[in-house]
Amino acid sequence: MSTSGPDMNNQRSTVNRLSADDVTLGYDQRVIAEKLSVEIPDNSFTVIVGPNACGKSTLLRALSRMLKPTRGRVLLDGQVIQSMPAKKVARTLGLLPQSSIAPDGITVGDLVGRGRYPHQGLLRQWSAEDERVVQESMASTGVAELADRYVDELSGGQRQRVWIAMALAQQTPLLLLDEPTTYLDIQHQIDVLDLCAQLHEEQGRTLVAVLHDLNHAARYATHLIALRGGEVIAEGAPNDIVTAELVEQVFGLRCQVIDDPETGTPLVVPAARRARRATVAAAAAGGA
Amino acid sequence: MKNTATPAPEQNTAHDTGTPAPSEKTGDAAPGIRGVRAVRARGGLSVRFDVRAFTVVVLLLVAALGASVVLIGTGDFPIPAADVLKTLFGDGDPGQEFIVNDLRLPRVLVGLLVGASLGLGGALFQSISRNPLGSPDVLGLGQGSTAGALIMIVLFSGSADQVALGALVGGLVTGLAIYLLAWRRGVHGYRLVLVGIGVSAIVTAVNGYLLTKADIVDAARAIVWMTGSLNGRDWEQVWPLLVLCAVLVPLVLANARGLRMMEMGDDVSNALGVRVERTRLLLMLAAVLLTAGATAAAGPVGFVALTAPQLARRLTRSPGPNLVPSMCMGATLLIVADWTSQRAFGADQLPVGVLTGVLGGVYLLWLLVTERKAGRI
Repeated sequence: MSTSGPDMNNQRSTVNRLSADDVTLGYDQRVIAEKLSVEIPDNSFTVIVGPNACGKSTLLRALSRMLKPTRGRVLLDGQVIQSMPAKKVARTLGLLPQSSIAPDGITVGDLVGRGRYPHQGLLRQWSAEDERVVQESMASTGVAELADRYVDELSGGQRQRVWIAMALAQQTPLLLLDEPTTYLDIQHQIDVLDLCAQLHEEQGRTLVAVLHDLNHAARYATHLIALRGGEVIAEGAPNDIVTAELVEQVFGLRCQVIDDPETGTPLVVPAARRARRATVAAAAAGGA
Repeated sequence: MKNTATPAPEQNTAHDTGTPAPSEKTGDAAPGIRGVRAVRARGGLSVRFDVRAFTVVVLLLVAALGASVVLIGTGDFPIPAADVLKTLFGDGDPGQEFIVNDLRLPRVLVGLLVGASLGLGGALFQSISRNPLGSPDVLGLGQGSTAGALIMIVLFSGSADQVALGALVGGLVTGLAIYLLAWRRGVHGYRLVLVGIGVSAIVTAVNGYLLTKADIVDAARAIVWMTGSLNGRDWEQVWPLLVLCAVLVPLVLANARGLRMMEMGDDVSNALGVRVERTRLLLMLAAVLLTAGATAAAGPVGFVALTAPQLARRLTRSPGPNLVPSMCMGATLLIVADWTSQRAFGADQLPVGVLTGVLGGVYLLWLLVTERKAGRI
């Protein structure tokens, strides 16, 4: 495929900026997914769901070029992502990985500032623009007043906001998040997801997140990708694709799908497997 | 707003345009990177530095140079500091000139360069392994150099140059072995430290074997070398070390920003556009060369590489590899230790390695105890 300038612009109108094209993914000899093709719709909040070990984090790693596909390719703006200069990719596509280490004794401001790395160079180490973007990133994640605090003394929820602020400071139109709500209590989970939705709606960023909780995914995603065993079982808007059959097929879980009373999005209610008197009959009827 | 990452416009436009002001501080409204200043020039050039780290570097340099002058004046023919300075600037009397420029200056320069190399090598290794124990002397690079030197001394009765070369090669081979053994989809902290300790144990055993094979003269020579000493170092040791530093230090500093990012883990730094594995390999190679070069010049001077980065870090109170402060700290430590080992024990001049070993051992214990209290070990 040609990747010349005008050609690329033509593609832009019809083809999405980020996609995986027929990729085979795995570690060493272990194959996680074969011949997997995924499109990330531009300006969507895409959420990848699936049971443990279905390859959702692996897919995210491939999309963010942390993992090189053994076959096939990941395309960013029409170019094979591995062939692009590292810093150029980092100005287009950000990643909030599951494992990140806050260096000992680092302040919030310093950590968020490090998100500016791909925009900097040996002779352009800290521009006025850097300063402005860092401040805006901290403001929009609500950590501005923590700027002088040490990251190690923050709560889990605050820390996750700081890491998101760092990814924002990278100023990428595409942002990938690998299980951003893990290890957070329910209130902070919602907090972080609200923040993601806000970034998507107000700043027009394309977000791709791996989430464990199907109900969170159905509530926040504009585009859902359901994986099982390295295969896409279904993709589309949550209202269109989340059904009891799909949940059973993907997660092996019998359930009812009802409307979320708050948002009208699909809400998955697992079937009661252990007999608990009055509810048993209803659950059995609904599940069958 | 589409496809841009800019949130709602902010009122603060104080730093908006490329102001011609030579320097401006990150004001209160600016992000709180405490104590960091940016110097900006027209045309987008900007350099940032940490005020505290900068001050520490200046003070350490003053201390290192001051101690150097004192050290040059120290010996069987004491020379006052003023005369030392006069002689160094080419204005002394001929007798002092010989003592200062030909006898003592090269020794001090070797000390400064060895200390700086060890400090920098240690800071690099500790940052790459993300572990204060991941320092060249713990990883067995010193042992590797010793093995190379012992092979030259014991098996070939080599000249001083050959011994130095043996030490250099021994250090490089050990470094390579550690890298290859620890590599598994990248080199990571704990594995690097554990592999290094294992390699160190093996090489130590080899060294012991070599020593038992040596005759008494070679063994005595080996022991002196193994302690680490600056005695009798002259210009022949200065030049190679100076060239090594002149090449490697700029190379390392050019990659320092990537190393700073790598402290946040491989994934984050990859995502930020750092070419992690390449940077790591390059910096490890530089660190091995610096350490091996320093060891070739002065023998395995213990614990400078371990302590200098930690001490520097405690002074700058700054996260990050603290490369330049560690370098200056290493140089200062070694010169002060050399002066102390010459003066503090009366007529018996100790090799500098004995003193750094004692100080470093005490420091290591302190580190282990405090880290243990903090629950990190």
